[in-house]
Amino acid sequence: MALAISGRLSPEMFQPVVIREEEAEALTRPVISYWQDAWRRFKKNRLAMFGLGLLCFMLALSFIGPYLTPYDFREQSLLECNLPPSSTHWLGTDNLGRDIFARLCYGAQISLFIGIMAAFLDLVIGVIYGGISGYFGGLVDDIMMRIVDVLYGIPWLIIVILLLVVMSPGIWTIILAMSITGWLGMARLVRGQILQIKEQEYVLAARVLGASPAGIIIRHLIPNAMGVIIVNLTFTIPTAIFGEAFLSFIGLGVPLPLASLGSMANDGYQYLLIYPYQLFFPAIAICLIMLGFNFVGDGLRDALDPRLRQ
Amino acid sequence: MGRYILRRFAFSVAALWVIVTLTFLLMHSIPGDPFMGEKVTEAIRLNMLRKYGLDKPLWQQYLVYIGNLLRGDLGISLRMTNRTVNDLIREGFPVSCVLGLEALAFAVTTGLCLGTLAGLKHNSGWDYLAIVVAIIGISVPNFITASILQYVVGYRLRLLPIARWGTFEQSIIPAFSLGLGTLAITARMMRTSILDVINQDYIRTAKAKGLSEAEITWRHTLRNAILPIVTIMGPLIAGITTGSLLIEQIFGIPGLGKYYVQSVYNRDYTLILGTTVFYATILVVMNFLVDVSYGFIDPRIRLLKGRE
Repeated sequence: MALAISGRLSPEMFQPVVIREEEAEALTRPVISYWQDAWRRFKKNRLAMFGLGLLCFMLALSFIGPYLTPYDFREQSLLECNLPPSSTHWLGTDNLGRDIFARLCYGAQISLFIGIMAAFLDLVIGVIYGGISGYFGGLVDDIMMRIVDVLYGIPWLIIVILLLVVMSPGIWTIILAMSITGWLGMARLVRGQILQIKEQEYVLAARVLGASPAGIIIRHLIPNAMGVIIVNLTFTIPTAIFGEAFLSFIGLGVPLPLASLGSMANDGYQYLLIYPYQLFFPAIAICLIMLGFNFVGDGLRDALDPRLRQ
Repeated sequence: MGRYILRRFAFSVAALWVIVTLTFLLMHSIPGDPFMGEKVTEAIRLNMLRKYGLDKPLWQQYLVYIGNLLRGDLGISLRMTNRTVNDLIREGFPVSCVLGLEALAFAVTTGLCLGTLAGLKHNSGWDYLAIVVAIIGISVPNFITASILQYVVGYRLRLLPIARWGTFEQSIIPAFSLGLGTLAITARMMRTSILDVINQDYIRTAKAKGLSEAEITWRHTLRNAILPIVTIMGPLIAGITTGSLLIEQIFGIPGLGKYYVQSVYNRDYTLILGTTVFYATILVVMNFLVDVSYGFIDPRIRLLKGRE
């Protein structure tokens, strides 16, 4: 500018701009994948990180906790019934003299296991069902979705209670019973996603190259619907944990001598007026787990939702 | 519209049929029969089986059962002598219904107000309050809220009766703990919905043509924002109904939920079957009504579903 104003112009100032290909194609910002981007956004969300920390803490507690205390979760000691929290029994003992801390750690393991397994079963069934329905479309989709519509009208808790009355009690019975109706939401969601994604060009390209339907569903459609699936999963787990606690509370939960957070809350409730801490500790543990999953789920939804991507 | 309602109706009937058949088959897959445990001779047992039609082949029993259901006869309780399931429902359901409606009314009105305030005053104190209430309501299971409130408010502070049923004071803690989850979901949904609506073009248009803030809120924001809430009313009602199973148990409320849980404890099969079918019918009917009303309120849904 200063040169132009001063009027001293020279021909070499007017060279044509050469388009150099490597410069035009160069990436000015670091390459970042979908998952890296999501993680970056997730990290910024303080509540979500808090939730993640909470979950890590509960997981660590449930697995390391049993080694920190000399007591076993089913070891009864009738001389030490209903002790309040102290330095020997950190969270006190229950009506059979069992150490509540040991039981809590073990119960958290069982509750988390039930929640995660039930959600995992929902995921597998829902993704396969929704994937097939969405991919084939037309009559197949119509029939499969009408079946889901009908099943969706069934109140799940009532069917779960009924199943547990009929089947023999056990952890896997609970997981199975909860998955019987749990996969419906996932199937609907996956189908909706697949319907959108299958119209994309790369799916057409894969089909032109001769990929089989199963290959296209597994290699292309499901990975691209993964964000939404994971978000749904983080909300399915607390639902399953709540369901287990609910069932344990009405006496249909895991059989003795096993413990889950729900069955401990139920045991604690019997003595609520005299030993309130027996209910409060498992109740707090349930709430912390539920809080953790809900925070993480909210954070993941914000991080993985492509509509919010900047 | 007629076609849409008809479709919904057909789904509801199919859902009910699946439930009824499923419960029937489940109950009959249990080994043994209801009179196995009784101390009777083989001849008496066979007589009893014949009297109740349990000696017939399964498909005949199924037809009889369906026939009875269609006439509204749910059978006789196995454990409570001389009580029919219909009697127990007639006795228990009004109580559950009052409790459920109280919880629902409290939850939906408070939830809507809180959600609206939070959405309109985004990032204010109300907004944070709504977020905290929503997180607590969703994360804390209702039986935990119920037992803790029962202990703290009822037993320690002696502000409200701890249990039983009859007066309004006795229904406050149960209805509150039953409705808290619903309140949270409603508030959260309403907040997102309001935030969604106030960024729409028609709100800007309304502002541009000089409508007052109050008028925009009443005529445009609220009317549009409340639509999505109607869609979740079905699941919300279902949540309150099933939640009431535990709440009635905890507070000793003589409603249908208490009978249901007791029948599960006692393995009273006909009562389980009857109440299950009854609950399922109510929920399916509720869902149907919600779907239909949503079709009336929002023409876009009706067109979309009709074409689907």
